[in-house]
Amino acid sequence: MMKIKLQHIAHTRSGDKGDTSNIAVFAYAPEFYPLLKTQLTAERFKAFYAGAIKGQVIRYEADNIEALNFVCHGALGGGVSRSLCLDNYGKALSAAVLGFEIEVPDELEPLLLGRHLLAVA
Amino acid sequence: MTRTKTLRIGAGAAWWGDRVEPAALSAEQGALDYLCFETMAEATVSAAQVRARRDPTFAGYDTYLDDRMRAVLPACMRQGTRIISNQGWINPDAAAQRIVHWLRELGFPGVKVASVNGSLITERVLQLTDRILENGLPTASLQATLISAEAYLGAEPIVEALRGGAQIVVTGRVADPSIFMAPMMFEFGWDPLDHVKLGQGVGIGHLMECGAQVTGGYFSDPGFKDVPEPWNFGFPIAEVEADGSAVITKVAGTGGAVTLQTIKEQMLYEVHDPANYLTPDVVVDFTQARIEQIGPDRVRVSHIGGKPRTPTLKVSIGCIEGFIGEDMFFYAGPGALRRAQLAKRVLEERFRIVGLKAEEIRIDFLGLNAIHGAATPADAPEPYEIAVRVAARTATREEAIKVGREVDGMAVSGIAHTGKRVPHAERTREVIGVWSSLVPREQVPASVTYFVS
Repeated sequence: MMKIKLQHIAHTRSGDKGDTSNIAVFAYAPEFYPLLKTQLTAERFKAFYAGAIKGQVIRYEADNIEALNFVCHGALGGGVSRSLCLDNYGKALSAAVLGFEIEVPDELEPLLLGRHLLAVA
Repeated sequence: MTRTKTLRIGAGAAWWGDRVEPAALSAEQGALDYLCFETMAEATVSAAQVRARRDPTFAGYDTYLDDRMRAVLPACMRQGTRIISNQGWINPDAAAQRIVHWLRELGFPGVKVASVNGSLITERVLQLTDRILENGLPTASLQATLISAEAYLGAEPIVEALRGGAQIVVTGRVADPSIFMAPMMFEFGWDPLDHVKLGQGVGIGHLMECGAQVTGGYFSDPGFKDVPEPWNFGFPIAEVEADGSAVITKVAGTGGAVTLQTIKEQMLYEVHDPANYLTPDVVVDFTQARIEQIGPDRVRVSHIGGKPRTPTLKVSIGCIEGFIGEDMFFYAGPGALRRAQLAKRVLEERFRIVGLKAEEIRIDFLGLNAIHGAATPADAPEPYEIAVRVAARTATREEAIKVGREVDGMAVSGIAHTGKRVPHAERTREVIGVWSSLVPREQVPASVTYFVS
């Protein structure tokens, strides 16, 4: 088992609606999707964004496209037009979770993306 | 007579500031039956109302209407491509008349242009609505600050305009995916209550409404997700079948890519529950969708589900809520962070001394924590350069101005090695807050008006 950043197994995109940001996480390969489902819970997701997401986080599963959709309330500073954040639409918010640490079985190593960035054991 | 052959729908814009050249290229080379433009954000209508009050020369429609229409009208008129656009903003009639002007100017007489009105319900909104969705308060509590309210219309009035023979349809607020679904409904003769076909069609519209975001835009991440020529994106084209299933593609030779990954990312963009995506025309279910890469830059999308539409339409209510003052200044080199931290302390003390009255104050270190804020990892490396960026939200412009005035003081009364922008850009702006509510759909009748070039 190796502990690596989420960016090696999943890609992400965020979208805005009022003060709510949805951050969707997509497995690069079907083999990675169960790891996301079990390890990237709504609670851990919210804890990872602690302070930045002020409200409830609801996780939806879209098994057909191997994706999790995190709907994050209170994530956009009161709403796009009221926000004091430079990135008021939260377009860059989806990048943070790429740094979430996730455990991946060693046998999936050949499927990882960005392997050049991983330290050689 | 309803159509059986594949319908080609192109995206011409995904927002007000979008590029114009890819729209012109799709018009020229996309062999399009329809070219659809989406140019409105949540606050567009309210911002336009504020501008119209202050600037009598503002026509009330997309400020890039001339650029967009001049770029696409010749090819569209030559090839019989119809245009559907929400560039009407708060004055669809004026937008239609302006398009008529360009049609005459470019030598296309006798073209029918329709405007769709009815989404603006500012005068009636407090009677028609009950609660604010975001906080549960009565919408009546917005009475004193209300600027504008508009309901999100569906595809039906656009279909009516197409039936009426319009070659170009320009609207105010219409739900973004409905702009792209309307031609499917019209051409394939779908019933407005056929939620199976409408679900599929609106789902495809959802993939199209953000333009290049499905063809490789907002996507590239070097070494992880690379796309060719990310400076030369083609806008998407949907090749739609009579059942609403479609192939998403783009003009050959453009940059970007249409892959399973770009389709997936866009499928959930701005979606909450993927099994229940609410639109005026239908409730879309993306959780049964099938996507297949059937060729280079060609992804087939089918089996998007649909459920009956709700009895209500969403209403956006824009309110004047005060002001934001903001500015920034810079540090670099060894010790940049420690100087930025002292500068932050100086500003906090200064705001106390001058009695800044603010609802919220935010002082960030751009380069370290301005974007992810509290979620920035504690062990993030110290950057070589930092911008100290300060913003405050206030009730009055006088208070908002204090932010920039205190940053001015950082020039000669600041600390060592402070870099500043002088002259600076405008440092205060008005806040137009947007709230949502629901209105019974029968209370928002749309109307269609025709103009001929």
